[in-house]
Amino acid sequence: MATAAFPASEREHYLNKDYGIRSWLLTTDHKRIALLYLLSITFFFFIGGFFALLIRLELLTPAGDLVQADTYNKLFTMHGQVMIFFFLIPSIPAVLGNFLVPLMIGAKDLAFPRINLLSWYLYIIAGVMMLHAMLTGGVDTGWTFYTPFSTAFSNTRVIEAGLSIFVAGFSSILTGLNFVVTIHRMRAPGMTWSRLPLFIWALYATSIIQLLGTPVLAITLVLVVLERAFHFGIFDPTQGGDPLLFQHLFWFYSHPAVYIMILPSMGVVTEIIACFSRKRIFGYKFVALASIGIAVLGFLVWAHHMFVAGISLYSALIFSILSYLVAVPSAIKVFNWTATMYKGSISFSTPMLYAFGFIGLFTMGGMTGLFLACLGVDVHVTDTYFVVAHFHYIMVGSAVMGYLGGMHFWWPKISGRMYPEGWGRLAALTVFIGFNLTFFPQFILGYMGMPRRYWQYPPEFQILNVLSTAGSTILAVGYVLPMVYFLWSMRYGKHATDNPWGAAGLEWKTASPPPTFNFDEPPQVSWEAYDYEHIPAPEEVPVAR
Amino acid sequence: MSEHIVSRKLYVAIGTTLLVLTATTVGIAFINLGPFNTIVALSIATAKALLVILFFMHVKYTSEKMTRVVIVAAVFWLLLLLALSMADYGTRLWH
Amino acid sequence: MHDSSAAVETHSPALRHHFADMEQQRDAASLGMWLFLSTEIMFFGGLFCAYLIYRYLHFNDFAAASQTLDIRLGAINTGVLILSSLTVALAVHAAQKGQRKPLVGYLLATLVLGLVFLGIKGVEYADKFEHHHVPGPSFHFESVPVKGHAEMPPAESSHAELFFSLYFAMTGMHALHMIIGIGLFSVLTFFAWKGRYTPEYNTPIENAGLYWHFVDIIWIYLFPLLYLISRHH
Repeated sequence: MATAAFPASEREHYLNKDYGIRSWLLTTDHKRIALLYLLSITFFFFIGGFFALLIRLELLTPAGDLVQADTYNKLFTMHGQVMIFFFLIPSIPAVLGNFLVPLMIGAKDLAFPRINLLSWYLYIIAGVMMLHAMLTGGVDTGWTFYTPFSTAFSNTRVIEAGLSIFVAGFSSILTGLNFVVTIHRMRAPGMTWSRLPLFIWALYATSIIQLLGTPVLAITLVLVVLERAFHFGIFDPTQGGDPLLFQHLFWFYSHPAVYIMILPSMGVVTEIIACFSRKRIFGYKFVALASIGIAVLGFLVWAHHMFVAGISLYSALIFSILSYLVAVPSAIKVFNWTATMYKGSISFSTPMLYAFGFIGLFTMGGMTGLFLACLGVDVHVTDTYFVVAHFHYIMVGSAVMGYLGGMHFWWPKISGRMYPEGWGRLAALTVFIGFNLTFFPQFILGYMGMPRRYWQYPPEFQILNVLSTAGSTILAVGYVLPMVYFLWSMRYGKHATDNPWGAAGLEWKTASPPPTFNFDEPPQVSWEAYDYEHIPAPEEVPVAR
Repeated sequence: MSEHIVSRKLYVAIGTTLLVLTATTVGIAFINLGPFNTIVALSIATAKALLVILFFMHVKYTSEKMTRVVIVAAVFWLLLLLALSMADYGTRLWH
Repeated sequence: MHDSSAAVETHSPALRHHFADMEQQRDAASLGMWLFLSTEIMFFGGLFCAYLIYRYLHFNDFAAASQTLDIRLGAINTGVLILSSLTVALAVHAAQKGQRKPLVGYLLATLVLGLVFLGIKGVEYADKFEHHHVPGPSFHFESVPVKGHAEMPPAESSHAELFFSLYFAMTGMHALHMIIGIGLFSVLTFFAWKGRYTPEYNTPIENAGLYWHFVDIIWIYLFPLLYLISRHH
């Protein structure tokens, strides 16, 4: 393991190997494709964030005075669609996963590098279609596309948005396919299943969901498009159809989709906590199996989104019980993380701050999910801001924080540079404070009865809405800071060594940034995962010792 | 993939069996078995599908256990979708 | 566990550089193809789910609508597809034995059979169009009283329309997959004729074969579900 920081410009690696736009747009190097995704999803994050900003601005006052009601419907619809399909679902798998999976298992690339590039192009095509839909009228059905409004009454670009998501779904399926085959077939000699980093287990579980769930969304969107274009009537009650059939098919994917969004983040948190506690993960097998368990159980709970929609009481009971069950493997992970930290040598680096934030906010988000799984409580708070707060605690407070933690943790590997640690911690704290100020009031608002997707509200709800909007501006600052200093670091940041954090994992045994084929020599693994007792803590880790 | 090369004769035999099963399912459709018509038809279809999977798609001869895992998992997931959806429609006792 | 530099002198020209050897490449391609087929099972599965639910809710109307499908054409098409699966299996066999001409022959036969299937399907669709059974504004369904069940009420037109919506969605999606398959096999026939496939390297033939068999299996289920409801009257 090299200890001196070898300036990246003095040797060949994946960033300086070829120059020119063709070498990027026609690359099959998984690391370059990861960066292509990074730029694209960041772009869509801005778009989705822009819609969020408009929503929060409108909600500063009880009256509907910033935009028209129809426009407001478009704002929350497009915020949801963009953030879910074009930011959250690809985020960690397509950026960190693409970059790290071959490195972590000791391979030269993914199993199907050209399909990996195709995945990105499908994502871009889908993105262009979605942008076009947004610019030529938008969509106002809610990201959930409920029928018969979406199929028979909405006057917006439903077909185009639906087809856009159909294409994006294939991007997601191909990424999952690539990961599963890679993890099965391309591990280095000695890299057995029980030596794999738990991030890989998490991505494997995510890929299963992507493979088995997304196709159902795809066919559902096809049916919506056919119905809207040809008036088939499959979901239209006036033609004998059942709107609930749409909801069943839609949520069969869309519930597991939320596990696509959270599982990779959990994997990131596992890696970070082990490293910055300088300790082996407590209960490796439990964490690995819990990931798979979440993936499987996540498919059994979808109708908890439909408790008050008209499903039978008996099926509601079944889905309620199953929804309680799915919390168990998540809780197991939380206990394992905390047990890992117990008697560890903790350092409060930026990635670790994000991991702490994740654990606390995920616990709150998860617990409020259980409240929603309880039929009686759900009748009261469904379709209110309570639900909005619940899922933002998971998707923003947990998934995005895990993503940011991971970006900071692996930034030295990806770019060959260190980001400025002081600014990193400041940004993490800003995100945490901004997030809680934005979304905690929404739990109260929902419990007090403010419905979601409403453009105006009774005046007594205003103070909490104002707090929420204030929080969102702080949150925005917290998100912009890393973009600024990451860019800054690419030119002025300190050069990174192979392993600035003293972390376990094969990715840290090659240069920062890695050569195009990842390793100078094919690795042979003879040690267990997370063998921190044999890895000395480096000077880089900002620990007050 | 498979070291074992299936003989042409076996392929033709399987193909013939499939055609016979098709004729059978059409024939049985014209006999009144009540609710069992559907069950028999689907059973024959499943038998045909199994023949295609095991012989034409070489699953009987492959040593690769992941192939079987993938098939079983996919079919199981489909059954989950069908069963849990029907759990709603089947228990809507109000109409 | 091959040292990549030692393998360089002896590897097949078809070996992609990120794989250690042809066996790993073949295994990866095979697993990838099976995983793709599992996504296709779930894709069609959504349609089967919709079909199952509506058939459960409106069995009699579905039976009446199903009577208007031509069972002979459906059965012939089933036979055509089964034969095409046979020719695909024989094509893979020929590739494994390195027999170029039979390989090309069987691939062409598969292609032709696929086109026959689509032709018959086209005839059926035209017939549905003429009878105004295509869902949409011009849909019109009058149920023929089912023999021996004079006491049954006439089929509810909107439920019959549901049947036809699903009929067109399911057979249409199936036909689309057939078209893609035919395109795939056209490309493969060309490359097979050029001699690209050997006993050592015939993964594209195998994998395309898997795809074709899968599309056949979908039809094996579609046929009884769509054509054979309550034919015993």
